[in-house]
Amino acid sequence: MSGTPSAPANAPAQHLTLALLAACVLCAGLLLPLATPPTDGEVSVSFWFAAAVLGTMATWSIQRIAAMGDARWVGLLTAAVFGLWIVYFWQLLVTAFDVPRVLLPAPLRIAHSMAEHSHTLWRDFVQTVGKAVLVGWVMGCGMGFAVAVAIDRMPFLQRGLLPVASLTSAVPLVGVAPIAVMWFGFDWPSKAAVVVLMTFFPMLVSTLAGLKAAGKLELELMHSYAANYWRTLLALRLPAALPFIFGALKVNATLALIGAIVAEFFGSPTVGLGFRISTESAKMNMALVWGAIVVAAVTGSVAYALLVQLERRVAFWHPSVRDA
Amino acid sequence: MPEQMARTVRATWMWRLGFEGLPIAMVIGALLALWYGLAWMLNAPGAIERVLAPQGAWAWPDLLRATMAMERPVVPAPHQVAADFWSSLTDWPLDSPRNLLYHVAVTGHSTLLGFVMGTVLGLVLSVAIVHSRTLDKALLPWIVASQTVPVLAIAPIVLVILGSLGFSGAAPKAVIAMYLCFFPVTVAMVQGLRSPQKIDTEMMHTYAASRWQALWLLRLPASLPFLFPALRVGVAAGLVGAMVAELPTGAEAGLGARLLTGSYYGNTVQIWSALLMSALLGLALTACVALAERLVLNKRGGV
Repeated sequence: MSGTPSAPANAPAQHLTLALLAACVLCAGLLLPLATPPTDGEVSVSFWFAAAVLGTMATWSIQRIAAMGDARWVGLLTAAVFGLWIVYFWQLLVTAFDVPRVLLPAPLRIAHSMAEHSHTLWRDFVQTVGKAVLVGWVMGCGMGFAVAVAIDRMPFLQRGLLPVASLTSAVPLVGVAPIAVMWFGFDWPSKAAVVVLMTFFPMLVSTLAGLKAAGKLELELMHSYAANYWRTLLALRLPAALPFIFGALKVNATLALIGAIVAEFFGSPTVGLGFRISTESAKMNMALVWGAIVVAAVTGSVAYALLVQLERRVAFWHPSVRDA
Repeated sequence: MPEQMARTVRATWMWRLGFEGLPIAMVIGALLALWYGLAWMLNAPGAIERVLAPQGAWAWPDLLRATMAMERPVVPAPHQVAADFWSSLTDWPLDSPRNLLYHVAVTGHSTLLGFVMGTVLGLVLSVAIVHSRTLDKALLPWIVASQTVPVLAIAPIVLVILGSLGFSGAAPKAVIAMYLCFFPVTVAMVQGLRSPQKIDTEMMHTYAASRWQALWLLRLPASLPFLFPALRVGVAAGLVGAMVAELPTGAEAGLGARLLTGSYYGNTVQIWSALLMSALLGLALTACVALAERLVLNKRGGV
């Protein structure tokens, strides 16, 4: 996996791929200013032709990059180039067909709107992510973990609690949002409460499963060392449970964002990502709605990426991390 | 897992009832007791102010009785919710908005529509990804990234776009349910379609089987055990999607709309019984998928 493929036969192909990519960028740059809203209601044939050629080039360039090897950066590059092409054609087609702004704003317009309202979006981010999501996620995951460790020694409670906890995954827990708003008020604590409830059960179930993941051989070894319960827990069982715990942390990061945003649909102060999305879409200001979604999407992806990195650092020895 | 243990021991049903049923019953009993306690505690100030204080002198039993039967309680007692739930089922005709089954039909309709669409989309995507190296590299990372996005936030946008294209009613809600459904199916099926051993794929190759034959005869059957758990997750996610999609539209029917109107009018009992109904609907949907799983995998011989 490590090291880039640098076989001599590969080298000219790579040059060709890069040249193709450069040509694509040049053509794409040339076509963009040509794409103006049609004055007579018709998109010209030459534009269609140019767009079709560019589309073929785009497909070809992605295929070439994907065929460059199995290295990690090739995969990332392929995905990145694919994403950029999608955004580019979105911009091109929306401009060329003069799609109403209310329906689908062009990416540049969204970026412009985000820059214009950056202060508002930052305050929404702090309100929703900085307060509700972070507090709720930490509390929910922490409580789920603590309860799991606590009832790990009580088989009777486990047998009662585990089926009930597993069932909650089939239940739309986000529905408690109106009740939470009623109990804890409009501000962020009610959103954090929803997040706590949504993140608690996945963490509980995963941690309990993880605590059972330690191998029999290792457990017997700890026993032969006369290690007591706590020693075994800290030195063997919790490390063995790490992949399960990180799995739940990652799932919960997304669930927490969903919970906080949906809870804001049921009532919130005049700040917050969910509030922004619902009020601006009622005002048909779709560019800012998309802007708020970009903020939420980037937050979710960054949180996920950070947790993956943290898992690599903390559980680097585990087979599931080593093989990935 | 205790269930598996019980199954391997082939215990009698009496023993199983004691082993599995008793702890669950006790946990549920404890939760109910906690609920009653909470109802009593949180309703007490309101009960004293609105019910008992105007009457003059009152004793503790009066307070207990008052907190359990309030008009608009902070926390309705379990039996109040149960009574409201039952009366909504029996006292109103099926097509009345007062009947919860009417809302179940509305939400269930868009959930199932979205579930079917999402499953088909997931299957198509996973087959394409497994057969194309380019799509595997270009598309799969974005599919994973799409789920780190709080997808429910796009609900208003989808509703606006589809609404302007002339779709209304169940279709926009189904699209959002589909968005939540397709992901688990895609990821699990990519894994499942790749699960056949190398020796099996090589045998298909020696038989000169075409790609489609290899897909149909080897890969799809091998992926079934991966598919069904994903469908269980997907149908539950689809229900959440359908319910949330009802919020920003101001929909008049559906469990999500019921929650919203309940929260507008401060009708707590209505919220709780809608919540109870949505929980039951979620459990019923996953149970149906689990039943289908058992039928299909049993027919195939061996799980």
